[in-house]
Amino acid sequence: MPSKTVPLHVNGRIARITVDDPDMPLLYVLRDNLELKGPRFGCGLGQCGACTVHLAGKAVRSCITPLSAVGKKQIVTLEGLSGSASKLVAIQEAFVAEQAAQCGYCISGMIMEAAAFLARHKNPDEAQIKQALANNLCRCGTHLRIVRAVKRAAAGA
Amino acid sequence: MFLDKPTRREFLQGAGVLVVSFSLPSFVTAAGTESATASKTVALDEVDAYLAVNASGRVTLYSGKVELGTGVSTGLRQILAEELDVPLGRVALVEGDTDLTPAQGKTWGSLTIQAGGIQIRQAAATARQQLLQEAAKRLAVAPTELSVEDGVVRAHGAQVSYGELIGGKNFSIKLDKQAPLKAPATYKIVGKPVQRDDIPPKVAGQFTYVQDVRVPGMLHARVVRPPAIGAALQSVDESSITDIPGVVKVVRQNNFLAVVAETEWSAIRASRQLKANWSEWSGLPEQDKLWEYVRSTAVNKDDETSKVGDAQQALQGAGKRVSATYNFAINSHASMGPSCAVADFKDGKLTCWSASQAPHDLRSQIANMLSMKDGDVHVIYVEGSGCYGRNGHEDAAGDAALLARSMGHPVRVQWMRDEEHGWDPKGPPTLMDLEAGLDNEGKVVAWYSQLYVPEGGGGNVKLLAAEAAGLPCEKGLFPGNIINNSAIPYAFPNVHTVAHRLAQTPFRPSWIRAPGRMQNTFCNEAFLDEVAMAAGADPFEFRLRYLANDPRGTELLQRLMQLSKWQGRNSAKSAAGDVARGRGVTYVKYELSRTYVGAVADIEVSRKAGHIRVRRVAIVQDCGQIINPDGVRNQIEGNVVQTVSRTLKEEVTFDRSRVTSLDWNSYPILRFPDVPDIDIELIDRPTEKPWGVGEPAASVVPSAIANAVFDATGVRLRSVPFTPAKVRAALQNT
Repeated sequence: MPSKTVPLHVNGRIARITVDDPDMPLLYVLRDNLELKGPRFGCGLGQCGACTVHLAGKAVRSCITPLSAVGKKQIVTLEGLSGSASKLVAIQEAFVAEQAAQCGYCISGMIMEAAAFLARHKNPDEAQIKQALANNLCRCGTHLRIVRAVKRAAAGA
Repeated sequence: MFLDKPTRREFLQGAGVLVVSFSLPSFVTAAGTESATASKTVALDEVDAYLAVNASGRVTLYSGKVELGTGVSTGLRQILAEELDVPLGRVALVEGDTDLTPAQGKTWGSLTIQAGGIQIRQAAATARQQLLQEAAKRLAVAPTELSVEDGVVRAHGAQVSYGELIGGKNFSIKLDKQAPLKAPATYKIVGKPVQRDDIPPKVAGQFTYVQDVRVPGMLHARVVRPPAIGAALQSVDESSITDIPGVVKVVRQNNFLAVVAETEWSAIRASRQLKANWSEWSGLPEQDKLWEYVRSTAVNKDDETSKVGDAQQALQGAGKRVSATYNFAINSHASMGPSCAVADFKDGKLTCWSASQAPHDLRSQIANMLSMKDGDVHVIYVEGSGCYGRNGHEDAAGDAALLARSMGHPVRVQWMRDEEHGWDPKGPPTLMDLEAGLDNEGKVVAWYSQLYVPEGGGGNVKLLAAEAAGLPCEKGLFPGNIINNSAIPYAFPNVHTVAHRLAQTPFRPSWIRAPGRMQNTFCNEAFLDEVAMAAGADPFEFRLRYLANDPRGTELLQRLMQLSKWQGRNSAKSAAGDVARGRGVTYVKYELSRTYVGAVADIEVSRKAGHIRVRRVAIVQDCGQIINPDGVRNQIEGNVVQTVSRTLKEEVTFDRSRVTSLDWNSYPILRFPDVPDIDIELIDRPTEKPWGVGEPAASVVPSAIANAVFDATGVRLRSVPFTPAKVRAALQNT
């Protein structure tokens, strides 16, 4: 299949991506073509949430989202939440304040999932936060801190 | 909006703040070669091996111990900053670089602070002593008249900074064991919950994990694993992937098979599509008969881990005897991010970027595999996903090294999810028979246990690539020191604990967090609860009775009673209804020589569903001097959650040929809604030695849950994991 260049809306800009397989998952475009470090490869199966990005405002698993399904929808990665590498938005600051990371490999997905959730639920209780993150896996056992960070972000929003 | 040809990075970093570059030279600089020269010493007894001070007073800590996500590098920086009297923010870290850092041993066994930190503290104290002597000369005063603050030495209104005293030069002195250490009462940095400096870049998407390492000219590879663990590669049909663009080469060496491509996605597609014929192999035991298999495996030797009096004879004369068999399933490290490494072979030298917990040992393993000299292999640590022991990081490095030499280009190997679950070395199956004897007054007169675990200890677990390719590799098993904590902390008059060391085990074993200590403490502490009930004693009171000569252990249990608001009990509840609630206590003195942990778990059991929910875990821990209390709490929380997961859910499944639990559905772990609340009380002893915290709290969790289930239902669960099927079966048998 001949390679093709397509425009992609990432973090408020337009990137031109050359690909030879329209079914390539978005994750590899973001990580390999654009050298972004926010979206992480965890399973490639949509099971763990480490690769979560926002697509048209919704949290999606970029590892099972084919590039062909993206079109002109806006993609936001962890790097794009604040629009500046040197600035953090409230939810990122909340994760720092709660020291809500160990290895941190899952944290990008946690923040992206939580940010999309908080955009729709202004005053969630703890059970709702836990349910919202039920399909994001953390292996280090940072869950309680992550929940506290999301609560803190919700309270400050 | 469209910009004129922005670079990819400027483009995506929003306002154009370029934080991290990806090219090789800058990456290496980021790893700290700024002040390094070829002559930098890495000798364990040299101060310069551990630290350097530049002209502006910035300090670099060179640590052979590495950050695995536990926050320990912040603790090490705190130790150095405190002992040297410099602000924490002025201490940079270079870790796990075989050219730059001393070989302080693997980052394992909860020894990074306890052993590595003590070396760093002594190096800092030695450096400080020399700096003060030099300052006394410069300022023409006696050393006793000097004071130090933030890297500036002062006396009588005059001052000189560390940067002026030593900046950019070597100390050229040996570690001095007599160099005076600061009094803990004067500490400003150690003992404080300072924030980790790796968390802001991690939450901003600016942190470079090993999975993010990119070097110029790098190719992407995927290893094609055999469909059966011991299968031999018979043929490969390279024409099966000719339609995939960008494939550079199919690499085959004996049973090692990999595809190398220009892009990651092409490598993935090619590895899935490549047709290869493998021989049949079905050398694994039947999973349903695992414990019969373990029990019938040849015993190569017995390790007697404790012997007091004559337990066998005392059992014969005991008024009451209790016996039970416990087991703990095969577990995977199950890291969130599959293992990854990058290697580059150039001019006879190999550089490898790896998240190995043991870069220096990995260097030797790679050198051995490729018949190179250690000195021609350079391993650079880059943090990966948490490993919790020896997972696949080293194997990915072996894969990358072999492929880099074969290709003559840098090669990145990224494992897929099924490789991580299927091919990481496993925590081996653990089986223990226990027997205790009581006299007519309910006093324990004998304790006898027999542990069945594979032989071997720590060491270097053989690299998959070396074995598959038929290249030199280690022989034997390296499961870690898994007989630790098979002996018990209780002063019974007759004790005999023996470990039968098995000649083989189904999967390549290695250490998983709290190796052996977690499994053995489960067996011991759950059985102890049985013995306490047989004695008609409250399990707290029972433990305290036999800890008479251990004041720290006694204080710990007393504080745990208060924290958990324990109410005495000596028999299981008999509540009606579907949901039964109970609580259980457990205790460990890690390796019988260091960190103390006690836990009380509150649980609910749904009788119909067989589902256990851990609602709350109360923990008291005494790890001696605490370096960073928030770091300690984070580790305890992580230990509890991860081990609740192992206790309730985790078990490697397999058929006769291979692992079948290859993803998060077939190897489930605990999710947010099932995570317990955790109450922690830390006993800080600033004048004692600092002990490790990365593992000990893991070892108390399974037995606390088992004992709580008994309290709730009167049923003993003796086989981890406590799956609903096992719980239902146990409840039906009562």
